[in-house]
Amino acid sequence: MEPIKEHRGLVYPLNRTNVDTDQIIPKQFLKRIERTGFGQFLFYHWRFDDDGNKRPDFNLNDTKYDHASILVTGENFGCGSSREHAPWSLLDYGFRIILAPSFADIFYNNSFKNGLVPIKVEEEQINKWLKEAEEGTLELSVNLEKKVITDQNGTEFAFDLPEYHRQNLLNGWDEIALTLQLEDEISAYEKTRL
Amino acid sequence: MAKPKTIIEKVWEQKIVHEEEGKPDLVYIDLHLIHEVTSPQAFEGLRLTNRKVRRPDLTFATMDHNVPTLNRDEISDPIAKLQIDTLAKNCEEFGIELADMHHPDQGIVHVIGPQLGLTQPGKTIVCGDSHTSTHGAFGAIAFGIGTSEVEHVFATQTLWQDKPKTLNLKVEGNLGPGVTAKDLILAIIAKYGVKMGTGYIVEYTGEAIRNLSMEERMTICNMSIEAGARAGLISPDEKTIEFLRGRRYVPKGEAFDEVANEWLALATDEGATYDKTLTINAEEVEPQVTWGTNPGMGVPVSGATPTIDTAPNKEEVRLALEYMGLEENQPMTSIEIDHVFIGSCTNSRLSDLEKAAKIVAGKQVKDGVKAIVVPGSFLVKMEAEEKGIDKVFKEAGFEWRDAGCSMCLGMNEDIVPSGGRCASTSNRNFEGRQGNGARTHLVSPEMAAAAAIEGKFVDVRTYQ
Repeated sequence: MEPIKEHRGLVYPLNRTNVDTDQIIPKQFLKRIERTGFGQFLFYHWRFDDDGNKRPDFNLNDTKYDHASILVTGENFGCGSSREHAPWSLLDYGFRIILAPSFADIFYNNSFKNGLVPIKVEEEQINKWLKEAEEGTLELSVNLEKKVITDQNGTEFAFDLPEYHRQNLLNGWDEIALTLQLEDEISAYEKTRL
Repeated sequence: MAKPKTIIEKVWEQKIVHEEEGKPDLVYIDLHLIHEVTSPQAFEGLRLTNRKVRRPDLTFATMDHNVPTLNRDEISDPIAKLQIDTLAKNCEEFGIELADMHHPDQGIVHVIGPQLGLTQPGKTIVCGDSHTSTHGAFGAIAFGIGTSEVEHVFATQTLWQDKPKTLNLKVEGNLGPGVTAKDLILAIIAKYGVKMGTGYIVEYTGEAIRNLSMEERMTICNMSIEAGARAGLISPDEKTIEFLRGRRYVPKGEAFDEVANEWLALATDEGATYDKTLTINAEEVEPQVTWGTNPGMGVPVSGATPTIDTAPNKEEVRLALEYMGLEENQPMTSIEIDHVFIGSCTNSRLSDLEKAAKIVAGKQVKDGVKAIVVPGSFLVKMEAEEKGIDKVFKEAGFEWRDAGCSMCLGMNEDIVPSGGRCASTSNRNFEGRQGNGARTHLVSPEMAAAAAIEGKFVDVRTYQ
């Protein structure tokens, strides 16, 4: 995993609540055995009609968001299945940061493992950013070392991340390699099992 | 006397391999179930880093999501076929026991775990599938994980997990006649919402839960994730012990009685406290039907769709009604369906099929309705056929299929066409879940059976 310390990018506003993983990446695209190449299927049935044409009424198809890398959205983002294809598709599309009032547990966890950063932000602030990004364009800067988000006017917003995940992100650590350093403890534990 | 503890605390404490300030706990995983969809990238990760599966003996594989339910030998989609073949190859390479498509133990992973006795009280059980919560019915801590975590368990047999908060979901009173475990869990999610359990493990307690069979308890725990909880469980009791006695992977003879006593001792102590408690009165629960696009959007069958103006989440309700092709304030009994699916890890066990068969016996599926029954496993299918249940369904006009996830998520050919409307015993009514543009109404097996005959939703309590 590549370390991520700071990210500045354009905001894409997805003004919906309870966005489930079936919407993020529909099941017909889960049959592939690779980790890469899922970006083309992101929000597939919202982006494309039955003939594969772009739906003009879905705002991710608006060219002003073409280079967006920060997704701002409503509560309980990523609910539903455990498919890691959800963070894979968001990353492959170009998103690095997701800002929402709350996330579903499995999605939240899966995101960190891939260097996609889910950050909880109060709903009131999310609604302001949704509006600003819909009406104009909004750029935000996210600093994981200082745990602050800075807007275009230089206003800073503090956020919190679980320290364990933050350290993994900042250092780009391979979690399995770290755990394997505890091999002795795992073996000792196994001896106590029936 | 020691401080009273919940089963969640007792099991968790037993599993801690490593504790450190400022970090989640490193917990041991007792059983790792895998299937074809969420494992290939994890195996590939092992190969790239030259790592092995640490405990193939604690790992068990099956094929369920992609498998055809009509003709097992014909997987028309080459990408799906590659995924199936890849699992077989990976299991061989890494020495993992596999119940493949043609194996008598094959079935939906959450149906076969309990059936084989792999699922046991006090175990930590994980699988790259969110409905792993099902196994909590036995007093296990069981939860869904992503593919990175699948790889982590392969390599280390452990996971870094924050100690969960505990939620007591207390069910008071008893369910009325014709009201099922499915109705109870749908009513719980309708009452408390799809993020009720985020960050918690739910323990279901109370008289109504004690009175449920093990299969009904699995239905309840299965849908914990639809309430946002990664895991939901029920303290073991004599029913748990009797269900497991004699199953293939549990100890035999005296050793079983010994371990059974240990299992019973895991039950939550009298006086234990939880981080949060919520209650529901079972007496007030009616047969449920969902109207919207998440499992919390449900009402009693006697009810109607909401009105947008009075809803707290207006835009969400508007979008859901639009997708579902329903009016505001539309009575549930006025909704006509054209598909019926009886199956999935929620409701595909023998008792589910028996109850549905009773409703359809001697009747005919309504013209224009396509109705399928997909048993949860080969064994369930065989047992049902021994009892003649397949004939009851077939004579009524249902299709009788082979075991798999099937129309719950439509990864194989079993999909609801765009604009189609399905009464489904599965667990998710998300947009497009059963097929692009398909509309799903979640119900109990009995309610689905009655809907197949009538072509619309009826109250099974008064259905003749």
